[in-house]
Amino acid sequence: MAIKFTRDHEWVSVDGDIATVGITSHAQSALGDVVFVEVPEIGRMLKQKDAAAVVESVKAASEVYAPISGEVVAANADLAGTPALVNEDAEGKAWFFKLKIANKAQLDGLMDKAAYDAFVKESA
Amino acid sequence: MAMNSSGRPTTPGTATTGTAATFTGNRALDHEEALIFESGALSKTGVDLPEPKQHKSRLGGLERSGDIGLPGLTEPETLRHYVRLSRKNYAIDSGLYPLGSCTMKHNARLNEKMARLPGFGDIHPLQPQSTVQGALQLMEILAGYLLELTGMHSIAMSPKAGAHGELCGMLAIKAAHEAKGAQRSVVLVPESAHGTNPATAAFMGYTVKTIPARDDGTVSVDAVKSALGPDVAAIMLTNPNTCGLFEPEVVAIAAAVHAAGAYFYCDGANFNAIVGKVRPGDLGIDAMHINLHKTFSTPHGGGGPGSGPVVLSKALSPFAPLPYVVKDKAAYRLIETATAATGTHPFGRLTAFHGQMGMYVRALTYMLSHGSDGMRQASEDAVLNANYIRVGLRDIFSQPFGDQACMHEVLFDDAWLKDTGVTTLDFAKAMIDEGYHPMTMYFPLVVHGAMLIEPTESESKQSLDLFIATLRTLAMAAKDGDVERFKQAPQFAPRRRLDETKAAREPRLTWKASTEHKEAAE
Repeated sequence: MAIKFTRDHEWVSVDGDIATVGITSHAQSALGDVVFVEVPEIGRMLKQKDAAAVVESVKAASEVYAPISGEVVAANADLAGTPALVNEDAEGKAWFFKLKIANKAQLDGLMDKAAYDAFVKESA
Repeated sequence: MAMNSSGRPTTPGTATTGTAATFTGNRALDHEEALIFESGALSKTGVDLPEPKQHKSRLGGLERSGDIGLPGLTEPETLRHYVRLSRKNYAIDSGLYPLGSCTMKHNARLNEKMARLPGFGDIHPLQPQSTVQGALQLMEILAGYLLELTGMHSIAMSPKAGAHGELCGMLAIKAAHEAKGAQRSVVLVPESAHGTNPATAAFMGYTVKTIPARDDGTVSVDAVKSALGPDVAAIMLTNPNTCGLFEPEVVAIAAAVHAAGAYFYCDGANFNAIVGKVRPGDLGIDAMHINLHKTFSTPHGGGGPGSGPVVLSKALSPFAPLPYVVKDKAAYRLIETATAATGTHPFGRLTAFHGQMGMYVRALTYMLSHGSDGMRQASEDAVLNANYIRVGLRDIFSQPFGDQACMHEVLFDDAWLKDTGVTTLDFAKAMIDEGYHPMTMYFPLVVHGAMLIEPTESESKQSLDLFIATLRTLAMAAKDGDVERFKQAPQFAPRRRLDETKAAREPRLTWKASTEHKEAAE
């Protein structure tokens, strides 16, 4: 399944009933050098739009929201020690957490790549 | 040279590029200062202490066995070290300090003279109250003036600064809800609020709900209404907000918040824009801190300490914290315990003693030396100065919310720097080379590459004209493609650009002696 995007610059990639979440390449570029990442605890129940993680750069600290509801089943432990990974590979190795999807219908409300690119261009 | 993702070098350079190095590393009066641990030695001391007499240890074998590791310096060495460091510092006493939402105004020397009067400067908080009647009277007079200026009902004098004041106001709000048996878990915070507002709410265990700003930079009552509900405890709004704009719908917002059973906390950091013009109590505000170190000209930053009294509405007054001053017949006395506080339910106390006495004296001196008309004029001049800068730069710099008058601070974004290759950070660093402390940058977050400039009323027209001319010259250089000037800046500061990324990713928070230094000490 293709990757979906939120207006808060998270990406979500779905494999079966597991969703992997991170921040977009555009988001890391806007943030600048990422210096700190806090990922959610495994087992935490997240509602859509709940603050799930924290990303801090030399310029700003931002929250990462849950794009959809679900239970946290994995968190990327590499990010705490190597926050630079977010700048290097935001939409790949620097995934933040994985959710067990509670409601697949919520995915329909998110943007596809073309719509997200247009959204970024429009808000630039 | 290694560069980070923002194109900045990852190792700090030295300031000697392009000039001949000196033998000492000093550059005339600018000394290359070693750390005090590096310049000290165990063989030296500033005072001669007699050897202790024979005594029996009662430490049960826990005596220190090695050296304590403090640097030994003579008195002139110690004095020179700190004087040299102070000369590297930038202060409101050395130049224009345009940090937005910080109100770095002149700290009048009269304030200092008054604060040093022995009856204020040489007293102790544990002295009998009968011996400090003048100090208690001063606290009561200052409290009365702050209530007069804000149109509020009661005041907590003890909070030590803005964020501490926020905690005080929010604790009063929490106590008020608890007294009603209400369980409310959400605090609304607009995007344009001070960063400490959501931090305070989160620290107290509230869930923070963000209210987006409108296209004009202000908060709409409709956005607040749609976020209100039975779970909302309070809204925390900064007014004037950090975009430098007065919230036009603040009265309607207060009414909506009250109708929903919530309280209205106002961040008073920007009170300098409206003293003598608007009384927050008339706007429907329930709690607001006042930064004496901003609006009322007490020292701020580096020297401090801050002081953040909190004014409360009638609804929150019963929960005001201890201690507070009352006047019985001819004597002033402090109410320090819940049992002594008749008829009220203080939520507790925030400080061990009574707050920042020295700041109270300075703030009251500011008030009395200006008078009510003078304080109003200070606010008017602060707003006028910010708009003078706004108009002086608006044809080059970009205003994110259109060409509208601002309050005491003017906000620009970085749209005008687009395609120049120069960022807000680069521009700020170039200002250092020109002898200015940069403005607040990258804040508020609602604006891209923000530059928030607050000149305060302290600056003369001549000072503002030079500042505007400097910024215009730098802006033209950026537009003309002189990118290197910005990327290399600061060139004339004691240190070149530091590696903020590395400092944040790999912080080294303690100084450790090098091997060489250890050997020298042994």
